[in-house]
Amino acid sequence: MTEFTLWDILRNLLLATRWTIVLSLVSFVGGGLVGLLLLFLRISAHKAVRIFARCYIELFQGTPLLMQLFIAFFGLGLLGVDVPAWLAAGLALILWTAAFLAEIWRGCVEAIAKGQWEASASLGMGRLQQMRYVILPQAMKIAVPPTVGFSVQVVKGTALTSIIGFVELSKAGTVVTNATFQPFTVYGLVALIYFALCWPLSRSSQMLERKLNVAHRNH
Amino acid sequence: MSLIEITEVRKSFGSTEVLKGINLDVQPGEVIAIIGKSGSGKSTLLRCINGLEMISGGSISVAGAQLLDDQLHLKTLRLKVGMIFQQFNLFPHLTVGGNVILSQTVVKKTAKPAAEAMARRMLDRVGLGHKFDAYPDELSGGQQQRVAIARALAMEPIALLCDEITSALDPELVAEVLAVVRELAAEGMTLLMVTHEMKFARDVCSRVVFMHQGRVHEIGPPDAVFSNPQTPELKQFLGVH
Ligand SMILES: Nc1ncnc2c1ncn2[C@@H]1O[C@H](COP(=O)(O)OP(=O)(O)O)[C@@H](O)[C@H]1O
Ligand SMILES: [Mg+2]
Repeated sequence: MTEFTLWDILRNLLLATRWTIVLSLVSFVGGGLVGLLLLFLRISAHKAVRIFARCYIELFQGTPLLMQLFIAFFGLGLLGVDVPAWLAAGLALILWTAAFLAEIWRGCVEAIAKGQWEASASLGMGRLQQMRYVILPQAMKIAVPPTVGFSVQVVKGTALTSIIGFVELSKAGTVVTNATFQPFTVYGLVALIYFALCWPLSRSSQMLERKLNVAHRNH
Repeated sequence: MSLIEITEVRKSFGSTEVLKGINLDVQPGEVIAIIGKSGSGKSTLLRCINGLEMISGGSISVAGAQLLDDQLHLKTLRLKVGMIFQQFNLFPHLTVGGNVILSQTVVKKTAKPAAEAMARRMLDRVGLGHKFDAYPDELSGGQQQRVAIARALAMEPIALLCDEITSALDPELVAEVLAVVRELAAEGMTLLMVTHEMKFARDVCSRVVFMHQGRVHEIGPPDAVFSNPQTPELKQFLGVH
């Protein structure tokens, strides 16, 4: 029987961590773009559009990410669409991230004083112009800390994709455990790697928030 | 022909009727002071004139531009009437210059250099040319309100709506803002202003409108309204018996 050194284990886990990072980035960037679109729909002047966006958000926020992954993977499979695990994982995470980011950002947009909308409207700006030049630049500033904070949830969310067979950090942990029979060591390392990924994100979110509060007080 | 025509305007919020049939015609160059108790509908009337509120009945037109509930008509109307708010509402993320430039380039598609030149002229006009690169939070309330006036003027409106524009200011800053308004009036700008500055209204305005419970209760030249109020409500408002 082959002996596995700690380094062997760690190396295999780190190789798989690449996929956790890639999937996190794809989900976050893709989710951000879809989320921005969703934000515009959510605060649209048309009621039907607003309701659609709200339903979308509540559906994705109100069901477990795991179910969304299953549906993306098996559901589309049933329809005869052959979905590889990476695609189902990416798709589900993007849509899930979008729902949460849209809702976080809506809160930030609504935190902007009503007078900003009125002043820009009375200068003749249309709704998109108001958003683009007046509201979003201000909302984006306050959106940074909660957005960075949510990225932690995305990283942790990628762990679930191991269940549909996407080989990222968690899945690699299972594979390596099966080969080494050292579950405690392996999963301990897995947890440490997740922590190393998430901790800087949550720290910077806290720091950004503190910085923002100080900036506010100086106004 | 009147510049601003307000005809039988009604406005309800839910089941409460706030404006109950307002008629008011404003001639070019007139300066109208709107006075009245809090809640009498003064702000609502101003906000209806540039479409920040939609009216429930009647009609409003400014220099031929009708108030209608679609983006195109609203934009046409808002290019004719500017509005200044009690809370200034400057854009905090832009410099003073940026505040005055933005809507010119975005709404009127004015080229940047021309918009900047216009911004400098308007800021000079309100005495703040030297603050071009400052941010709003570096200015006093009075200076912020003057920037707001410059920002509205840069769009070259033919009338300005002013809603209690000195009410949020420390007393010592009121004069500098009123001086700017006085100058605008002297240059022939058409002004509709809700104000509590009775002395200013008496000095500068061509007519005074007293609103009470959503109606124009009394209207006339300042001398008549202030020195010879007809209704008990206006007498009580002015504190004369
Ligand atoms: N957006 C709104 N929704 C409901 N009621 C409103 C709204 N705006 C104003 N009102 C009501 O309309 C009345 C007139 O308000 P307003 O025009 O602000 O009076 P004024 O400016 O003379 O103090 C008040 O009773 C106020 O509560
Ligand atoms: Mg008011």
